[in-house]
Amino acid sequence: MMASLLEITGLTRHFEGITAVDGIDLAVQEGELVSVIGPNGAGKSTLFNVISGLDRPDAGGVRLDGVDITGRSPEKLARLGLARTFQHGRVFANLSVLDNVLVGTHARLAAVRPGWRGFGPLGELLLAVVRPGAVRREEAALRSEAEAILARFGDRLVPRLDHPAYSLSYANRRRVELARALALRPRLLMLDEPTAGMNETETTEMEEVIAALKATGLTILLIEHKLDMVMRLSDRVLAMDDGHSIAEGAPATVRDHPAVVEAYLGHPANQRTAVA
Amino acid sequence: MGPWFDYTVNGLVVGNIYALLAVGLALIFGVANLINFAHGSVFTVGAYLGWTALHYLHTPLPVTILLVAAGSAVVGVAIERFALRPLNHRSRIAPLLATIGVSLVLDQAVQLIFSPDPRALPSQLPDWRLPIGGVTIGALDLLIAGVGLTSAALLFGFLRFSKLGWAVRATAQDPDAASQMGVDTNRINAVVFAIASALGGVGGLLVGMFYNSIDTTMSFDATLKGMVAMLLGGLGNVPGAIAGGLILGLAESYGIALFGTSYRNLFAFALLILILMVAPNGLFSRRRELPPEPMTGTFVAPSRPLRLPRPALAAIVVVAALFPLVWNQPYVLQTLTNALLMALLAFSLTLVSGTVGQISLGHAGLLAIGGYASGLLALDHGWPFVASVPAAGLSTAILGTLMVLPALRMTGHYVAIATLGVGEIVSLVILNWTGLTRGPMGLSGIPIPAIGPIELDTPRALYWVVLVLVVLLGLLQVRLLSSHLGRTWRAIREDEVAARAYGVEPLRYKAMAFAFGGFGAGIAGAIAAHLYSYINHETFNTQLSILAITVVILGGLGNVLGAVLGAVLLVALPEIFRAAAEYRMLIYGIALLLLIRYRPQGLLGTI
Repeated sequence: MMASLLEITGLTRHFEGITAVDGIDLAVQEGELVSVIGPNGAGKSTLFNVISGLDRPDAGGVRLDGVDITGRSPEKLARLGLARTFQHGRVFANLSVLDNVLVGTHARLAAVRPGWRGFGPLGELLLAVVRPGAVRREEAALRSEAEAILARFGDRLVPRLDHPAYSLSYANRRRVELARALALRPRLLMLDEPTAGMNETETTEMEEVIAALKATGLTILLIEHKLDMVMRLSDRVLAMDDGHSIAEGAPATVRDHPAVVEAYLGHPANQRTAVA
Repeated sequence: MGPWFDYTVNGLVVGNIYALLAVGLALIFGVANLINFAHGSVFTVGAYLGWTALHYLHTPLPVTILLVAAGSAVVGVAIERFALRPLNHRSRIAPLLATIGVSLVLDQAVQLIFSPDPRALPSQLPDWRLPIGGVTIGALDLLIAGVGLTSAALLFGFLRFSKLGWAVRATAQDPDAASQMGVDTNRINAVVFAIASALGGVGGLLVGMFYNSIDTTMSFDATLKGMVAMLLGGLGNVPGAIAGGLILGLAESYGIALFGTSYRNLFAFALLILILMVAPNGLFSRRRELPPEPMTGTFVAPSRPLRLPRPALAAIVVVAALFPLVWNQPYVLQTLTNALLMALLAFSLTLVSGTVGQISLGHAGLLAIGGYASGLLALDHGWPFVASVPAAGLSTAILGTLMVLPALRMTGHYVAIATLGVGEIVSLVILNWTGLTRGPMGLSGIPIPAIGPIELDTPRALYWVVLVLVVLLGLLQVRLLSSHLGRTWRAIREDEVAARAYGVEPLRYKAMAFAFGGFGAGIAGAIAAHLYSYINHETFNTQLSILAITVVILGGLGNVLGAVLGAVLLVALPEIFRAAAEYRMLIYGIALLLLIRYRPQGLLGTI
């Protein structure tokens, strides 16, 4: 059997008194799109935070391409090709659209980050001032690559390359975030509710972009509430509730799983109370 | 045994005062999520209110205490209402900077009304002492302990059993939820400021009586000691603050006993840095990590910076260069040279605090390192000016970055407090390391700047030298900002978490900014030292750091040209118009308050 690109075993994270993520196991194969669904507070974003290194697990492990990455810092994981977006959107508000995407290329900077042992930062400062040919070429290449990525979103972002991100619409900010993640050239792309707050047209556009990315063979882990979209895009689905995995498998199977239905609609008893 | 008992009593008495201050700071931090840098100024106001009551009204002590508490409470409510409430829902560093402005205004107002000379504040208490097994405790010691214990008990009762106290605690836990449940959070803030300021003011009165002397320099010390005590107990932890105050008082008292008075503050600040590094949540907290503080380091209003076309910039430089030929007045040129030196410091600060978003309140410490490095190299080792100045720049870059590295691991408020502490430590090390720095005598006879055999002894020559440096370092900084470093630094400022998720190592890039900024600031300090020919541990003080922050905000955070403009406006103009020094600090304070309120993006806009 082929090794999984991402392999999570028994991942657990407690916060004061509650267990936000409770013994989650998941394996994502190269080129697969796996969605994580579940009601609000199910622990999906905590799971993302633990995988991407922003939070540390209390138990369990994460392996990327066979390498144990449990508890590694997010900046190291970025270098290994793990890119993520954030649930509430975290663009750099005062940076231009293009600069936002260029920050996404940071982990790939090579010419301007010399490996002088112990003096790397000093060398980086000097090279940023002097800018020899290699540095200039690298910067120019990254710039045109960033522009190409932004062109994926049609004329939504291209006319606004120099606009500060705070001036963008909400949907455009989410697009910038995705573009920034793509600029990392990720091996694993983690999208946390990429269509939150988008209207139907915008959601459809985003779905097309994600489908196109999947078609290129990119491995994607997706948190999404819009179930129709999840059904169309996903190879497999993991449903979470209360920190637990309650169902995993093919999209339709998970959707119809009684535990999933119950998690979304509540117990019959609760429903009655809610109506009363 | 005898003396140690005295040190213990003394430590506990002073610790009670620190506890009074720390409790107020903790209350305010609890509900307003703010470190109140004006707290020490309220403390001073309290001391002077007490003096006024005693001197003019001849009030008996209990009445004096009540008057001081009431008067200080009014000042506290006014601070909350007029300086802080308008900043609700702004980034959390904005109100912090506003309280710095308030403290400048209050301190200068007190100084203008009462003159800066110290005054005696007699204690009015009978001069008896209670003998206990060979040692004695005075009436005043007991009074201070009594006031401390009584106010702690009253406060506990208020918070625990009164309805208003419940509302205060609810607001501290979750202001939004509290206000949805019908709590008027503005009123709660005002109440808390009133209580905290009353305690602080009474603390000022008691300290004045304890030392039988009050003056306007008490404020800064009081703010810092209160802050250290509060941090010991844990940010916003009221019982912890009382314990923190007593611990700090005892630590200081024993420290002085062992090492001497000039080490007093060094202990407090070393304790501050230690606690920030080892247990940033205080001694009594079990939480395992810092609470998330998204976007607190930034104080950046959305704005489009004003960009001057290159020919206009070139024209400005040419005019500045030709200026001494047209107007060769030594006084004006010296003033402008000072402004340009401030611009060099502001370049450094605008990079660190503006571009990278790490508010530094101890930046003048870098000038001190640079000044002493160049001065000592010239005096003790005969280095020529052209060698000692760059060497000073390099030493400042290295030393400054190493010292501030622990602070750069922190976020938001912690950076501001830690840098303030580091700035103070620089000055105290200079004061106490007599073998290297000549201690309190300072460095005198630092040689006049010279390039080879040419002595730059005219104001004109000095002006040109500094102008060249400003242009060079300014251009260098602009070039850095246009490289990948510019966007990386700004990304850290905007959202450190997101930046890390894309491979940016925050510590590395903050340190790079600090090193580059430290180099420029070190050069500025070195030139200033040669220019003044005499410097001591107080030449580059915290007031200068605060002025630099004001300059940087006035020009626009991160804005290099803005730093020059801000320096000229705030340093040169008041001097040329011959505003008296005490009014100048008042002007800075008011300027800072108005800027934060009405034009946080500064004159030329943030970059």
